[in-house]
Amino acid sequence: MLEVKGVKTYYLTDEGQVKAVDGVSFAMERGETLGLAGESGCGKTTLALTITRLLPRNARVISGEIYFDGVEILSLDEEEFRKIRWKDISIIFQEAMNALNPVRRVGDQIVEAILLHENVAREEAVDRVMNALEMVGIDRERFWHYPHEFSGGMRQSALIAMALVCNPKLVIADEPVTALDVMVRAQVLKLIKELQSKMDLSMILITHDLSVIAETCDRVAIMYAGKIVEIGDVISIFKDPKHPYTKGLVKAFPSIYGPRELPASISGTPPDLLNPPSGCRFHPRCPHVMDICKVEEPEMKRINGKQYVACHLY
Amino acid sequence: MGMRWHLYKKRLKSTWNVYKRNKKGMVGLTITLIFIFIAIFGPYITPYDPKKIDKTAMWEPPSFKHWLGTDNLGRDILSQLLYGTRISLLVGLFATLISMALGTLIGLLAGYYAESLLGELLERVIDFFLVIPYLPLMIVFATVMREMEIKLPLFWIVIIAIGITGWSGTARVVRSQTLSVKERQFIERARSIGAGDFDIVFRHILPNILPLVFAEAVLTIGGSIIAEAALSFIGLGDPTHISWGMMLNYAFTYAAPLRGAYWFFIPPGLAILILVLGMTLTGYALDEVLNPRLRER
Repeated sequence: MLEVKGVKTYYLTDEGQVKAVDGVSFAMERGETLGLAGESGCGKTTLALTITRLLPRNARVISGEIYFDGVEILSLDEEEFRKIRWKDISIIFQEAMNALNPVRRVGDQIVEAILLHENVAREEAVDRVMNALEMVGIDRERFWHYPHEFSGGMRQSALIAMALVCNPKLVIADEPVTALDVMVRAQVLKLIKELQSKMDLSMILITHDLSVIAETCDRVAIMYAGKIVEIGDVISIFKDPKHPYTKGLVKAFPSIYGPRELPASISGTPPDLLNPPSGCRFHPRCPHVMDICKVEEPEMKRINGKQYVACHLY
Repeated sequence: MGMRWHLYKKRLKSTWNVYKRNKKGMVGLTITLIFIFIAIFGPYITPYDPKKIDKTAMWEPPSFKHWLGTDNLGRDILSQLLYGTRISLLVGLFATLISMALGTLIGLLAGYYAESLLGELLERVIDFFLVIPYLPLMIVFATVMREMEIKLPLFWIVIIAIGITGWSGTARVVRSQTLSVKERQFIERARSIGAGDFDIVFRHILPNILPLVFAEAVLTIGGSIIAEAALSFIGLGDPTHISWGMMLNYAFTYAAPLRGAYWFFIPPGLAILILVLGMTLTGYALDEVLNPRLRER
């Protein structure tokens, strides 16, 4: 359904090109949830903005193709893409970023999404929004309330309702629970899981929190310095990570049931995307670094079943 | 729908509760309401016809018969003052409506398109109107409109002249607020759900700056009333209507200060002063209540 092929998105700055997304390829099937994980600044959000074509003005898609239901969406003009966005591909915004207009009723803001894309009467749209609010566990009459009268969790739920109200085929959630406290986060994750099974949603979930991915995703892609270094089904990746970076990430989370040991950290600092390291981008921080890593970029190799990794060790 | 109105009432009540605690605001509001009351009912409670000439009672000082005395033609000053409240307030109100519409529209566009040529151009226009002293500019507008023989009553020419000179302050405030609002996340969200420039400016940004415009409007009414008085005083007003400015104009034309007829020019001057003070207090208080950053808890 979604196929991303060799996408490169660079930011043009005074210091040079920031290679935020540098040759990313993956494919998704209908009904699948793909987690996109990696440390801050690895290009996760830029990739999401590239797919939804909401990049800031100084960003350029240098190369690559993105097929959605067989249509190449990067070459569509803005007007054509506006029809696809929200109707076919929608976004769950991060509540902490104040994605709701504080002086307009929550319901009206969701109605706007329907009316901009579908030729329906306002009354019908209002009714649909009320149903959508109910679906995410918010009382119908809350339609008339303002954002400040909602709790943080309700606002995040309202943004989920906003993303689903036009019945999109693909939903992209960028850090949907990052700023929520633990209890509310659990509620919102439960809601996302319920909706996945109820609506047969395809979803890309972006987060730096592997536990969120473990709970909600079928597959996971690990990004490092603008590239996907490992991709595979959630169980394989968590049980048997192959890439040294993935291993580091998984180890950085304390295990509740395993033996008591201190979470390990990955030494070194994230790479400078203005001048990324040669060869494998992880080599300056890699504990298994070999000579070849410094000169040659590793290719994606299939390890077993659905698990792929880009590393010279394999 | 019941829920909707209930919420609306609740919100209004909570705003009022905050406003109530603002002492200066309450003084200002009381003054303003008294003048509005006079403006509505003034013509019905005037003791005399304000235009009725009485040659037997010229230049009479205040007495029980004429509480505020009479003018050069024996007309009752108190009646003129009460009657003039309506004209002064109406001119102030209509001129402010024009100023607010112009100021809000130009400010919104200048802010939203700040990076483009249009925004740059509008910003220069705003600056131009800000630095030119408003009185000469208004005199020029009023004179030009009179000379052009526009088929409009003088009353409206005065209003338009005041309205199209008094918008720049509002435009500046709206522009800077627009610059800040348009960078906020919900604007980007609105754009990503497919909202166009028109939707974003009028449905998303405008509601955010409306309280500011409201407070600005109350302040501008005061300024417009002074402007009307100034125009009338120098003889560019509408002589067929009695306004406070017109009263001052007559008083000085007929040398009331030289004759010691203080009752002729002090009442309208004081009325302007008190009303504008009331409006200004109300405006600042509204600004404090509606602008969360200034709200005193």
